[in-house]
Amino acid sequence: MDFLTTHAPALIVALPLLAAFAIPLVSRAGHSARSIFSLAVLGATASLVAILAVDVYSTGIRVYTFGATLPEMALPAGYTVPVRIMFQVDGMSMFMGIVITTVALAAMLYSLQFLKGQSGQPRFYSLMMLLYVGMMGLAFTGDMFNMFVFLELASIAGTGLAAYRTGMADAVEGGFKYIVISAVSALMVLFAIGLLYSQYNVLSIAALAHYMEYSMLDMMALGLLAGAFVMKLAGVPLHMWAPDTYTVAPAGTTPMILAASYTSMYALYRVTFTLYGGHIDTAAIGWIVIIVGVLSMFIGVMMAVHQTDIKRMMAYHAISQGGYMLLGVGVGLAVLADPVALASYGRDAINGGVFHIINHVFYKALLFMTAEAIFFRIGTRDTNKMGGLARNMKWTTLFYGIGALAISGIPPFNGFASKLLIYQTVLNFSPVLSAIAMFVSLVTLASFAKVFYAAFTGPEMPAYREVREVPRSMLIGMGILAACVVFFGLFPGLIVDTIVAPATEALINQTGYIDAVMGAVP
Amino acid sequence: MSLLEYGYAVWAPLVWILALVVVGVIVLILRNRGRKSYKKGTAQGDIFLSGIAVPAEEQRHVKAANIYWGFFEALKGFYKGMMRPHTGIVNDYILWFVAVLTVTVLILLLTS
Amino acid sequence: MEQVLLNFPFVAAVLLMGIALYIIVFKRNLIKLVMGVAILSSAINLFLVSLGYRVGGVAPIYTDVPEGPMVLPVPQALTLTNIVIGVAVLALMLTLVVHIYRHTGDIDAEKSRILKG
Repeated sequence: MDFLTTHAPALIVALPLLAAFAIPLVSRAGHSARSIFSLAVLGATASLVAILAVDVYSTGIRVYTFGATLPEMALPAGYTVPVRIMFQVDGMSMFMGIVITTVALAAMLYSLQFLKGQSGQPRFYSLMMLLYVGMMGLAFTGDMFNMFVFLELASIAGTGLAAYRTGMADAVEGGFKYIVISAVSALMVLFAIGLLYSQYNVLSIAALAHYMEYSMLDMMALGLLAGAFVMKLAGVPLHMWAPDTYTVAPAGTTPMILAASYTSMYALYRVTFTLYGGHIDTAAIGWIVIIVGVLSMFIGVMMAVHQTDIKRMMAYHAISQGGYMLLGVGVGLAVLADPVALASYGRDAINGGVFHIINHVFYKALLFMTAEAIFFRIGTRDTNKMGGLARNMKWTTLFYGIGALAISGIPPFNGFASKLLIYQTVLNFSPVLSAIAMFVSLVTLASFAKVFYAAFTGPEMPAYREVREVPRSMLIGMGILAACVVFFGLFPGLIVDTIVAPATEALINQTGYIDAVMGAVP
Repeated sequence: MSLLEYGYAVWAPLVWILALVVVGVIVLILRNRGRKSYKKGTAQGDIFLSGIAVPAEEQRHVKAANIYWGFFEALKGFYKGMMRPHTGIVNDYILWFVAVLTVTVLILLLTS
Repeated sequence: MEQVLLNFPFVAAVLLMGIALYIIVFKRNLIKLVMGVAILSSAINLFLVSLGYRVGGVAPIYTDVPEGPMVLPVPQALTLTNIVIGVAVLALMLTLVVHIYRHTGDIDAEKSRILKG
């Protein structure tokens, strides 16, 4: 047990990576052998994540150095800078780890049934494991170049999954757009890393934050990093790839690609709060994040209400809800230098933005699964052709209703809890932003009501008289997510105190992050 | 455990659920005071359009693109301007990326 | 003069990046777009290798280092990793271009798009 706790950060990344390469071999033994193997590996990794979470929330930041005599030794003997690659797991990394693991479990359960009869399934599960490894590595790493490598790994695996259905023409187009923008963004990230390395000769995030003097080259590096991560997280005006990619990905993988976008959002926060935290005037970069957030919210939802394709509408809503997260954390970033404002509403604003990530992932995964359930049964995503589906697909209608109420911020679901935090705290910062946020919630509800009327209610269409409910394992996957949505809505205080508040504390407390590695070096 | 505290206020979802249950009970009581002469499945439940023939289901159901007609008609200029950047060409995505990068670097340079 | 010569690799890397971004933004042929990404990757590799160079330095392959400066080994490791990642990304992009051609019969970015708006 001690061994597991000590080496958990490395095992969480190593175990699915080995499994990803073993799955084509295991598939020779049949479909059920592969399903049991993938579920077993993900289950084992999830329990390792739980063990690591308990440890990090009780004892603080965990540093794991690869190749050292003891994993906690950040600095080699006789050195004053860290030269080895290390994973540094603080509250925010652990939060993202929990989000990614939950999404991966739900996606795997849903895909087991959804992919029955499709070809190339071993490669699908390998790619899913690789995407999981890429996201977890990006969340846990404490080294800038390691961040680039895991970012590229997640992008390549995500493209393979998005373009999985190569028989559909729009799927390959969505996958191609994803890899082009991912490659260009990641190369800009590497350029920025090169700029930072050329000045300070270290790659570790804590050491860079310690030695940072905000020179002209560092300013350019910050601009490049922020721009590249905003492109990867689909913030307006760099959002146009997202509807194309999220629409065509198969059912279980769209939440995973969404989680990859939010891991890029985590990387943006890591760069702005921790790497550059004490040295920049956070008001400027905070306002940039706020403007991107407000634009994302507004343009995302106005485009969403116009769409007729059900998954494309939900993809635009994903962009819009990403704007809420950016707004909350941006307000916190803008008041980071002002201790009075930070204590009274800044901390709660970051709480709201971070809490919204896990809420959004749950109800958006639920909504995407209901959309793909409809596609599974009637073969089209065009809402103009649907009608009267509630008679035969009662459970899908119920889950869609729960998801739609949650995303619009209707109490008592989880969306309301995090949106309430964002409304109240942003009101203290600027009332106009809060009014825009409430208007966007209204139009969100309007667009989901439109699709509910068009697809589920109405007379029974003769073409859909034979449509039955989706298979049970898909319903179980959706049910688990709906139960999580209701649970997070009824006990928001529990979730905020346990998972979200340590994440906010980790973001604000930059010196703690640096001291965990640099120790007592002056 | 189920209270979310932020600054000066508290959100208690269980109180909201209790209020919803009370309202639901009132709704049920009012509903039960209605007419009891309704029989489900008879001609009482059919659609009545003053005697003219009821159209087929595909023609009765309002299509999703037509539902918010007034909203889209009023915002036609806005949507025309919105659809112009959303071309779907991948080169334009990178053009926006380069533009945002230059604007961000300029803003950071000018405010430091 | 020596300063100009020493900074020339960086100027070349930035020029290559500019050319690559021009290709990616303005060339509609998908194969040319993939070539643009390849040139961008090469430009970044050139930048990384040239920032490690020290004047008069020896190659970083010694255990008992002779006197004098040594070229930095870390950027060379970063460059090797990036070359490998670039190979994977280019292979994936070219595969997807072939699939797009098979479906739509066109490799123009504007004529072969289906998803828009």
